[in-house]
This record gives sequence, C-alpha cells and structure tokens, in this order.
Amino acid sequence: MTLDLLPLGKTARIVAVDWSVLVPEEARRLRALGLEEGAKVSLAHRGVFGGKDPLAIAVGRMIVALRRAHAAAMSVELLSEVSA
Amino acid sequence: MSRSRKIALVGNPNAGKSALFNALTGARQKIANYPGVTVERKFGRFVLPTGEPVEMTDLPGAYGLDPTSPDEEVTSKVVRGQFPGEAEPDVLVIVLDASNLEQHLVFAQELLSLGKPTVIALNMVDLAERDGLVLDPLVLQQELGVPVIPTVAVRRRGLADLGEAIAAAESRHAGPGLTDLGPTERRVAAHAMAEAAILSESKRHRLHARLDRLLLNPWIGPVILLALLFVVFQAVFAWANPLIDGLEGAMSALSDYVTSVLPAGLLRDLLTDGIIAGVGSVLVFLPQIVILFAFILAMEASGYMARAAFLMDRLMSYVGLSGRSFIPLLSSFACAIPGIMATRSISDPKDRLTTILIAPLMTCSARLPVYAVIIGAFIPERTVGWGIGLQGLVLFALYISGIIGAFLVALVLRRSITQGEASGFIMELPKYQLPRLKDMAIGLWQRGWIFLRRAGTIIFTVTVVLWVMLNFPKAAPGESQVDASIAGHLANGLAVVVEPIGFNRDMALSLIPAMAAREVAVSSLATTYAVDEEDEERQAVDLGNRLKNSWTLPMALAFLAWFVFAPQCMSTIAVTRRETNGWKWPVFMLTYLFTLAYLAAGATFWVATAAGL
Repeated sequence: MTLDLLPLGKTARIVAVDWSVLVPEEARRLRALGLEEGAKVSLAHRGVFGGKDPLAIAVGRMIVALRRAHAAAMSVELLSEVSA
Repeated sequence: MSRSRKIALVGNPNAGKSALFNALTGARQKIANYPGVTVERKFGRFVLPTGEPVEMTDLPGAYGLDPTSPDEEVTSKVVRGQFPGEAEPDVLVIVLDASNLEQHLVFAQELLSLGKPTVIALNMVDLAERDGLVLDPLVLQQELGVPVIPTVAVRRRGLADLGEAIAAAESRHAGPGLTDLGPTERRVAAHAMAEAAILSESKRHRLHARLDRLLLNPWIGPVILLALLFVVFQAVFAWANPLIDGLEGAMSALSDYVTSVLPAGLLRDLLTDGIIAGVGSVLVFLPQIVILFAFILAMEASGYMARAAFLMDRLMSYVGLSGRSFIPLLSSFACAIPGIMATRSISDPKDRLTTILIAPLMTCSARLPVYAVIIGAFIPERTVGWGIGLQGLVLFALYISGIIGAFLVALVLRRSITQGEASGFIMELPKYQLPRLKDMAIGLWQRGWIFLRRAGTIIFTVTVVLWVMLNFPKAAPGESQVDASIAGHLANGLAVVVEPIGFNRDMALSLIPAMAAREVAVSSLATTYAVDEEDEERQAVDLGNRLKNSWTLPMALAFLAWFVFAPQCMSTIAVTRRETNGWKWPVFMLTYLFTLAYLAAGATFWVATAAGL
C-alpha cells in the first residue's frame, strides 16, 4: 500500500520510497521533514471539497502537508493500533 | 574588543526563533531597509548579563545547511561566514522546539558539526508540558556537548540563563564525533537523543488536533477561511472609519491653524495645499493599513496561515501554483514588497517567479487610499440587504478582480513563459498558538513605521515637486493655474494617450507622480484640485465632493479598474529586480500590467457608458 491510500487516522511505517519519481529538491525537503524509510506516519487530513489533494501527514509530533503525488511514492505497512 | 560580538539565532522553521528574538531584543530591533540590501536581515542589540553589548541576528528558518530554497540559502551562507558583506557570527544560538526534538535535532547536529561556539535554547518547554511531555535538558547537554537552556520566549523564562550561556560560549567547542555523520545517521541519533531526553510522556490531549479537525475539514474549513477573509476586508473599511475621521479632522485643523498664523502667499500655499493636503490625504489611511496587517500577523502567529495554505493548495494547483504561494500572495494584500520577499520560501524557481509576477495584482494597502476616496465619492452609502454595504461590496469586487486577474495571468504564464513541471506542495503545519500581544505590537509598529516613513520621504518629496510643477509658471489672469503649469502641460501630453479609456487631464496628471507609489494619486488629486479652487470655497469642500463635481461615474469606475492592474510602485519594481537578479522580469511585469490596466480601464469606461451609468 502507498501512503496516499492509507485510511484516515491509521498509523503505518514507511518501508520504501521511490525517490526516483520525485523532483530532487522535493525529495530533499521530504527527507528533511523526516518523511523517509522507517518513519512512523499517519494520515491526519485529506483534501478540500471532496478532492484527494493535498494530504496532511502526522510524522512524530509534527504535521506535514504534501501532495498525493509525493505520498504515492511512499510504500507503507500498517502498524497494529497501539497509540495514535 | 573593537566591535560587539555577533550572535545568530538559527533553527528549524516554527521553533519560535522570532519570539525569542523579540523577547531578547525587545523594541531595539531593526529590519534592514528594502532597497539596496540583498537580504531581509532582522537584527537587534541587547546586553548580556555580564554587561557586554552584543548584536543579534534572527536568521530565516531552515531544515538543513543544504538549502532547498533561497531563504535557506541565506541561513546556510551566514552561519558559515560565506555571505558577502556579513560578518561570520561569533556564537550560534540554536533554537529547538521542545515538543519536536526528534525533528529539530537533525539540523542542530549539522550546525554543531561546524564547530562554532554554540548554545542551545530548548524553546517552548511550556507547550511541550501542556502536551504532556517533560524533558531533561541535561541529557541533551551531555549528548550534544554544549549548554542546553530551557526557555519560554513568550514568558521570558530562561532568558537570563541563556544570556549567561552566550557570554560563556566563546571558550567552548562542539562535541566530538558529530562532524562525520551523514543525514541518515543524524536522524537515527536525533531519534535516540529525543527519546533519551524524555522524562515522562503522558497521553496527549492535543488541542490543535481538535482545531485541525474543524479548520482543515474538507467542507467547513474553506468556508471558515472565506468567511474570515470577508470579515477582514469589511473590518478594514468599517473599524477604521472613526480613526480616519479623527485624523482628517486633525489635518483640517492643522491646515486652518497654518492659514491663520501665516500671511497669504507661496509659503502658506505650499504648506496647506501642498504638504498638508498631499501628505495628509495619505496619512489618514494608516488605520486601515494597521488593521489589515494586524489580521495578517495574527494569522501568521497563530499558525492558521499554514492551514490557509493547505486549504488553498487545490485551488492554486489549478493555475499551476501551490498552497505555498498563498502566503506571499496574502501578504501582498498588505504590501507587495514583503509579499515578494516572502516568495523566498518557495523552492521551485518557476513557481517562485510566477508568484512574484502576480503579487502586484493582489490589492495592496497603497491602493486603499485610491479606492476609498473614489468609492466614498461615487458609490452611495447604502446597504444591499443582510447588512452588507454597497461600498464594502464594491471594494470586495475590486479585490476579487485582482485575484481573478492574478489567477488568469498565472495560468497563462505557467503554460508559456514559466512553463515547467507542476510544482509540489510540501509544508510543515505548525502548532496553534495564541498570538502574543507584544510580538503583534512589534510587527505592527514595524509595518506602520515603514508606511509613515514612505509618507515622510517619497510621498512628501513627490507632493512638493508636484506642487511646484503645478504652481509654476504662474497663470495669466483669467487662465486656470493648472492649465498654465508645467504639470498641466505634461498631463496634456499623457491625456492624449489615456483619453480613449475615459481619463481626463486631471486623472492623467495624477498618474505621473503615482509612479512613485499608488497612494500618491490621491495626494496629487488633492493638491491639483486644491490649487485650482477659489480660496473661499477650499475649506468647505473635501476631495470627494470636488471629484464628484468634475468626474462622471464611468470615469471613476475606469480609474478604479486602472488601479486594479497598474504597476505604479517604484519599490515593487526595485524589489522585483533584486529578487530576480536583473531587469528582464521587472520590465516584463511593467509591460504586462500596464497593458492589462489600459484594457481594463477602457473596457470599464465603455461598458459603463453604454449602460448609461
């Protein structure tokens, strides 16, 4: 499953990122914000007026807004519910 | 020591650097002047507990020394002493958000690897505690090898300790082993340190998660944003009125006083018709500008601005931009200059260029004087139902015209001149915070002062020059003074060009000095009509009534439409030249905006005339 398809509120871990599909600048920014392999993430908010863009991802104690295209490059695996 | 030591505040965005900077330097801070400088540099002086005066710089927030935006590049160069003309900082103060250590420690390690004398401010420890997170600064201090001082900038907690640590920082050296880490190792180390520093962590009752559920709701969120923006623009008109009336009263009292104490003659005319009428007509808009900036500063300080960017991202993506462009564009409603400078946080160069080019289409506060005078004179003061005033509605329509114009221009530019990959949107959404009165007051004071300084320098000079050009050579008896003057002759030339769009000679005349700044149009109209009036009538008739007597409604509407587009602001042109490193883009901006202004004013005039208005 990719990050953009993660159900709202569910926690997952990023297992792989296809950096090659991302613009290098944006890839660097995502890494700088801690969105890379191994990060624990959850999808906090999605879209405006029924659209699917943008997404708000909770990573650690921070919320990061990004586009679906970025999230689609990140493969995640669901974690069992411990604490959100 | 010959010069005072330089201290640089550095850290991730949203670490509370600016609040800490305000707390340390108070009102003794300066934002460097716009023209002629290459970076917006916030600096201020303060005295360490040892009695040593130091100079402190507040650097733009960054995520790393490997820059991904022009903003980060400034920070990266300054801390390494590679910024031309800027002395290398003697001490770095790294500001960390206590509740976001895992993230902020990554950049902190990179900064420590520079080996400079460093102090760490563990900021916003109160907010972390509110979230149920208690930290041990000593653990961090041992891990990082530099002093870690817990601070709450907004409550002035820990400032004395921080000052002492800065004073003692000279002799220290960064801890060993940090230098040769790669980004991934740093992240792993950051995670481990953040975990180790936690004394206790309880279940979070996060207020901001609940606020986000409402404000970022896919349906309610955008409606709240739109309602908020509407309130802002109504407030700018309604709340400022008593203050504007007061200032106008003071101006006319001052004018009366000058008239009563000075003998009739050139000097008295220069003071009353030139300076008081001209500069005064611009000064009265200070309340509206302050109110607009107050809303923008509050949105920024509270963390709502980033949410607004999130909500606007989808809309912006239709014209090839991202939510990130929303913040510079919203700032441009106050003034295009800080707006254009705020585009430095946009990493994509084409995205950034497009945003710069459309920023002047956002209705800046300098247009308010023009709009307010014309609307006040020509649009009746009545409601159109639901308590919505017709004047406010016309003002809203002018703002919307600018926005729609900007979107259409962006759409065209992104498909032609600034063509490129669709830009992305990656942005941290900071925690909500109550804006602090003191920070707001400092911000408002700085913005208000810039406006007043403009009124005192550019507008003052232009007004006096215009008055001279209007009064010389003296008219023969029976001839109108304006017709005889130098300015009148110049305007007659321009009037030929603007006649097809419905402008008369006086309007053409006001456009010339308004190249310096848009609000000068008002002061020059005031000066022109004051010069041409018979003395006895002058005091009784205000500018609005004079305009009503000499302009038709289609002419007034065309004048409004002109100012939606016309790039009449030297400072904007200058800042565009600086931010785009050359004359190519400012010239392009001037050309396309004047073309649009001409077409819009012409269309408005002829449609309004055809409609029999």
